[in-house]
Amino acid sequence: MRLQAVDVKLGYGDRVIVDGLDLGVEAGTVTTIIGPNGCGKSTLLRALGRLLKPSGGEVLLDGKKISTIATKEVARILTVLPQSPSAPEGLTVADLVARGRHPHQTWYRQWSSDDEKAVGVALNMTGLSDLAERPLDELSGGQRQRAWISMALAQGTDLLLLDEPTTFLDLAHQVEVLELVRDLHAQAGRTIVMVLHDLNLAARYADRLVAMRDGSVVAAGTPHEVLTEDLIREVFDLDSKVITDPVAGTPLVVPIGSHR
Amino acid sequence: MVATTAVKLPQLRHRRLTWLIGLTGVLVLAIVLSITIGAKAVPLTDAWHALTSPTGTESDIIIRSLRLPRTALGILAGIALGVAGALMQGHTRNPLADPGLLGVTQGAAFAMVASIIFLGTTSLLGFIWFGLAGALVASVGVFALGMVGGRGGPTPVTLALAGTAVSAFLYALTSAMVLLDEQAMDVFRFWQSGSIAARGTEVIWQVLPFIAAGLLLALLNASGLNALSLGEDVARNLGQNIALTRAVGVASVTLLTGAAVAACGSLSFIGLIVPHLARRVSGTDHRWLLPYSGLIGAALLLLGDVIGRVVAPPGELEVGVVLALLGAPFFVALVRRRKPVRL
Repeated sequence: MRLQAVDVKLGYGDRVIVDGLDLGVEAGTVTTIIGPNGCGKSTLLRALGRLLKPSGGEVLLDGKKISTIATKEVARILTVLPQSPSAPEGLTVADLVARGRHPHQTWYRQWSSDDEKAVGVALNMTGLSDLAERPLDELSGGQRQRAWISMALAQGTDLLLLDEPTTFLDLAHQVEVLELVRDLHAQAGRTIVMVLHDLNLAARYADRLVAMRDGSVVAAGTPHEVLTEDLIREVFDLDSKVITDPVAGTPLVVPIGSHR
Repeated sequence: MVATTAVKLPQLRHRRLTWLIGLTGVLVLAIVLSITIGAKAVPLTDAWHALTSPTGTESDIIIRSLRLPRTALGILAGIALGVAGALMQGHTRNPLADPGLLGVTQGAAFAMVASIIFLGTTSLLGFIWFGLAGALVASVGVFALGMVGGRGGPTPVTLALAGTAVSAFLYALTSAMVLLDEQAMDVFRFWQSGSIAARGTEVIWQVLPFIAAGLLLALLNASGLNALSLGEDVARNLGQNIALTRAVGVASVTLLTGAAVAACGSLSFIGLIVPHLARRVSGTDHRWLLPYSGLIGAALLLLGDVIGRVVAPPGELEVGVVLALLGAPFFVALVRRRKPVRL
């Protein structure tokens, strides 16, 4: 197990969102967490990436309590990209990506050829080399999201946690970002954990799905195991038909409403 | 493709170095003006004579006992306020933040006035010690208040709110006190207008260690502030300790602003306007923004002071007044020319 939540209790202030949850992420897999709004999936991801300290239980990174590892050391092992992050105005793509090298720098060693190389590779992999000098706020939503992922790549970890990397993107850009995620997994066997809203894309791009409701894991397994009509009803209170995606062969959820 | 960035990054560094040299040149020019221009203009050759081999001529005395300390204090205070302003705007992610936002200015004013009324302090050096102490206490108080209710340290919003509240409270107390004591009123009025004139060499030695310590902390804070400018979650992801970074930033702003305002009075307008100028050349990288802000702050303060010396002969206009008069319309123009900066 690369990353493990053991009996974690999570919340903000007095509000408990997740209580007594267990979850394991195996090395070299793409895991996607799904569930209705407010079920605690982003909260769980934030805890896995030590952005949120559990009020009970532990998160284990490679078997070690993440709270006992220096935060800069953690930053060299895992990268967590929060949902819709914001950058200061005028920041260029290259500058943003270069900031991903922060955990590898110290006050006496600010910028090295390793950093230079990592930034070049990250820009290249996300197809942003030609836009490197452009300010972030001049880019389209899809390009901007790629720039943030590029920063995450420059951080150089093989464990990536992405919180809704496709929010606010149109379908074509959603597919583009998820293809990129899959490439990252294929190239270096990176372990990736994502939160996604679109069930069909989740089924297509993940090895494992984790379905959550009210702060608990309802089901976990392959997309075929998890995405059943019964489970969708249980998790989303939604009647649906699950058919086979004619393109990918993965489950395809078709909702049933009262009109049409 | 990799080569594109490999070429462009050094280019950028080159451009930034050029600006650094250019701004240093502007500051040197401001220093020369500050030494030679005044009620009695001193030619460059005489000024050089006074600096290298003084023989006690009139211009030697003017330069060594008046203009030199005045210029040195202007440089120190300008650097301090410029850097503190850039730190403050970076930490609060608020382009309208000034270094006084943490209650530092009002803390200094309150302590100085209180020391006159209750302890009978009369010497300038004495006021300044109290001003420094007041600035430090107010800032620590604001930081502590800002932590209440915040998770894992104060947030920009709680800091700004606490700073505004503490400033208003201290200002009310100070106003009440000066109404009761004429001598305190005189000192307070003089201090509030902001000036670097007639402070003497002792004052410079008095505030120098605080400004040096503040600048050191500011430099240590620069890369952490870069991480923080991407939001707290991203900064945490990058392995930055948020609470520690904020604490170092607040300590730096407090030392720099406290020392500057205790010695020169309320000049925090410099800290508001300078980072906007510096940001235009440095971009968003605080490792460059902070030095640029320091250089521009020092040059601006000296130039404002020089203008104040010649604009209303035979008298002088305090630099604080000059900067506010010239700065306000300039700031409006700056804001109008571009949409407001998002930090």
